[in-house]
Amino acid sequence: MTIIDAETFAALRDTTGSEFARELIDTFLTEAPSMLADLRESLADGDADRFRRAAHSLKSNGNTFGALTLGTLAKDLELSGVVAVKARGPSPLGGLEAEYLRVAAALAALRDE
Amino acid sequence: MSSSARLLVADDNKVNRLLLVRNLELMGYAVSTAENGRVALENLRGSRFDLVLLDMEMPEVDGFAVLAEMKHDLALRDVPVIVTSSLEGIDHVVRCVELGAEDYLHKPVNPVLLKARIGASLEKKRLRDQQKELLRRFATPEVAADLEQSGFALDGRRVRATVMFVDIRDFTPLAESQPPEETIDLLNNYYALMFDAISEHGGIVTLMIGDGLMAVFGAPLPLQEHEARAVRAAKEMTELIALFNEERKAASRVPIRIGVGIASGEMIAGYVGTKARATYTCIGETVNLASRIEAHTKVAGRSILIDRSTHDALGGRIATEALGAATFKGIAAAVEVFAVS
Repeated sequence: MTIIDAETFAALRDTTGSEFARELIDTFLTEAPSMLADLRESLADGDADRFRRAAHSLKSNGNTFGALTLGTLAKDLELSGVVAVKARGPSPLGGLEAEYLRVAAALAALRDE
Repeated sequence: MSSSARLLVADDNKVNRLLLVRNLELMGYAVSTAENGRVALENLRGSRFDLVLLDMEMPEVDGFAVLAEMKHDLALRDVPVIVTSSLEGIDHVVRCVELGAEDYLHKPVNPVLLKARIGASLEKKRLRDQQKELLRRFATPEVAADLEQSGFALDGRRVRATVMFVDIRDFTPLAESQPPEETIDLLNNYYALMFDAISEHGGIVTLMIGDGLMAVFGAPLPLQEHEARAVRAAKEMTELIALFNEERKAASRVPIRIGVGIASGEMIAGYVGTKARATYTCIGETVNLASRIEAHTKVAGRSILIDRSTHDALGGRIATEALGAATFKGIAAAVEVFAVS
């Protein structure tokens, strides 16, 4: 599966400029870990609002960069809600976290292109 | 317009905020940001914005609450809001529109679409602001507020109302016999007095030409007893002019006299003009009649003349004197005219 949709990312870079695109990647790579932490903590606490908001942010940002798989995984969490996700087994966030690492690596490479 | 418009972006997510601001700045807008709904409302109340781009999912105060607050705040209800959200489901979009959002853009926002929607929203706001400004100038504060509440009916309507024409007797020779500054000063004082009397009785001034003006009672909003209100306004005008003349006399200036013509009946009312310049006006035989009757004040030597339907609606509550029938240019039948004493 595609980690970063090339067309989406190219459109972002073309309309906003390469320098800005780099700045935006840096911002995302700085912010995303706390969104993932929010997801983990709210899942543990059963905090539905916080869980939904964190998933929503990851989905939105993922789609912005063309990280469509990450976006789809986050959207699933957002729509399912904390209770249903918790019932999925021992590490319900594992797939999303692994995808994030791939996205982060891909974006870091695109950043230095 | 586009370069001077001030936009507020409210989004809790930093990537979204940076990206939107970047796109908007590339379009030439001045942009401020808020990281949640509470800060957005503080910004909106602190200074003037032309448009808000609002995210829905925010901590503290979310976008729905911001929309609801703005809707209930007279100062904010006309600031257009474009929702930028990635919330799932059509019911969210419906809720936003019901709460007064002008448009809904799904994130990630397409910059071309964003540009078009903002342009359209700002243009609509510009027209609304212009209409409000016109209303403020020509209508009483109550009428202006009512119209803003109920929305503008820009299309023509048939209404029953009373029309009044006023002018200063022998104004042209007077204007030519004194310095121009004095003439403008006189006109400004005269208009201030006439506007006061008309507004106080619920009328709005729809036209000003030289020393003449036209006012309507009973449109754009229906007005109870519009005939009597117009006549009372006319009586107050002559009283105010009498007081004004005392002042003029003390300053060794010649007194002025006014003529007022009033007619009541059906007419067509609406906004006319172009997108750039429009005014509220009334058209029809009743309007022509009021204008002719006003001109007739010179012939009759009376200050206030009214037509039969205005006279009949007074029901004898205001003293009048029948002057018999008169014939007017452009009006086939002879018209009964009454003087208000």
